[in-house]
Amino acid sequence: MTFWNVILTLAQGLTNTTRLFFLTLLGALPLGLVICFGSMNHWAPFARWAERAAARRGEETALTRFGKRCKPVSAVVKFIVWIVRGSPLMIQILIVYYGPGLLFHWPLLPRFSAALITFIINYACYFSEIYRGGIQSIPKGQQEAGQVLGMTKSQIFFKVTLLQVVKRIVPPMGNEFITLVKDTSLVRVIAVYEVIWMGESFIKKGMIWPLFFTAVFYLVFTAVLTALLDLAERKLSYFK
Amino acid sequence: MSVLEVRKLQKSFGELQVLRDIDFSLEKGEALSVIGSSGSGKTTLLRCLNFLEKPDGGQIIVNGEVLFDAADAATQQEKQIRKKRLHFGLVFQNFNLFPQYTALENVRLAGELLAREREDYRTGRKAVLAAIDEKARRLLDQMGLSDRADHYPHQLSGGQQQRVAIARALALSPDILCFDEPTSALDPELTGEVLRVIKGLADEHTTMIIVTHEMQFAHDVSDRVIFMDGGVIVEQGAPQDVIDHPREERTKRFLERYSGN
Repeated sequence: MTFWNVILTLAQGLTNTTRLFFLTLLGALPLGLVICFGSMNHWAPFARWAERAAARRGEETALTRFGKRCKPVSAVVKFIVWIVRGSPLMIQILIVYYGPGLLFHWPLLPRFSAALITFIINYACYFSEIYRGGIQSIPKGQQEAGQVLGMTKSQIFFKVTLLQVVKRIVPPMGNEFITLVKDTSLVRVIAVYEVIWMGESFIKKGMIWPLFFTAVFYLVFTAVLTALLDLAERKLSYFK
Repeated sequence: MSVLEVRKLQKSFGELQVLRDIDFSLEKGEALSVIGSSGSGKTTLLRCLNFLEKPDGGQIIVNGEVLFDAADAATQQEKQIRKKRLHFGLVFQNFNLFPQYTALENVRLAGELLAREREDYRTGRKAVLAAIDEKARRLLDQMGLSDRADHYPHQLSGGQQQRVAIARALALSPDILCFDEPTSALDPELTGEVLRVIKGLADEHTTMIIVTHEMQFAHDVSDRVIFMDGGVIVEQGAPQDVIDHPREERTKRFLERYSGN
């Protein structure tokens, strides 16, 4: 086996890993925002009823308190986020890949797609919480200043809040990006040939250096990411 | 006819009644100061006028138009509230400038966004934007900040930031400009520059409501003073009367505490 054959084999794994990384970001960054807005949703369909009932009785009961606090959209979204963040990514990959077939006799998804869907949902849930933290850390006064200047809600979000949120979430998002690089190795549980799998396959042939090569790949990948994140932070340092 | 008429305005937060039947009116070109101790409802009053809080009762009438009537749901629609806010400008205690924009951009931003809704925006875009830019520069100049136009808020002192905020509020030419303790967040040596700017606006007969703890300033700048306590207007009148010769016992006690320190 020549050096170039090994490199070519590793390159296949490399492509899978890199593709999974970028496609996950492409899906999870916007989906995270949707989940974030879902968990911050204020819709409380029973609030008015509960308020009137409490006023009629002259006191709050457990039921009227629940009615005021019950926000179904937010509750459902928070429940999903809890499930996704609370269980191992590896189990989620297995369930998404094997679950539909075993439970409903649906045809299996292609391995890579199953992995990608799981990663997007999983990372979107983590991103959503980072977004929420970022949005809620912006002083209320910013929104109010926009309001008294006659801006619409979406103008306030896009023109006032968004860039401030982005600035604040760069460091925690950087953490997630780097974790994602390494989490991609989990897809081997459904036999998606990512780079470690490829490297490992040479151990049987008595070669260890391909495995080192894969480790170096991860190091270089995260080094590039770190540099990009630093750049983003510097670009955003013109305001405080 | 009064520019502003407030009738029986009420606001509660839970059990706490913050405003109880507030009645007052404001004439065009008049500067009105609202004084009173913390928790007397002054800030809530301003926030109600700017639709940042929804009053529980009463009416807000501007130039004869009923902007808000607690008894009439038609006056409380989200969409119209945005337009109604434009009758008022508000300068916050903490400035609330947008940190990612320069002083000039802060002053221009809202005007530019509102211009997009105008019918002539498409055809006369350049002229519209040029007019907004020119007005913003003029206002910054008026605030003595023409050399700070390209500075970001964090590069400005508190007093300068507050003056940018005043320019930003003036840029939309509100009928009534409201100040919510504009100097309370400033170091003592910086209050003077902001108060001077507000005095200048009063001299030009800008219609203003100023919530302030600066008694001397309220005395010098305003045509009329309202003293609030416990959510009601205890006394109102010319500053020479309310501040120099208060009739009510509560006003006297409040002013004594102030002259004491």
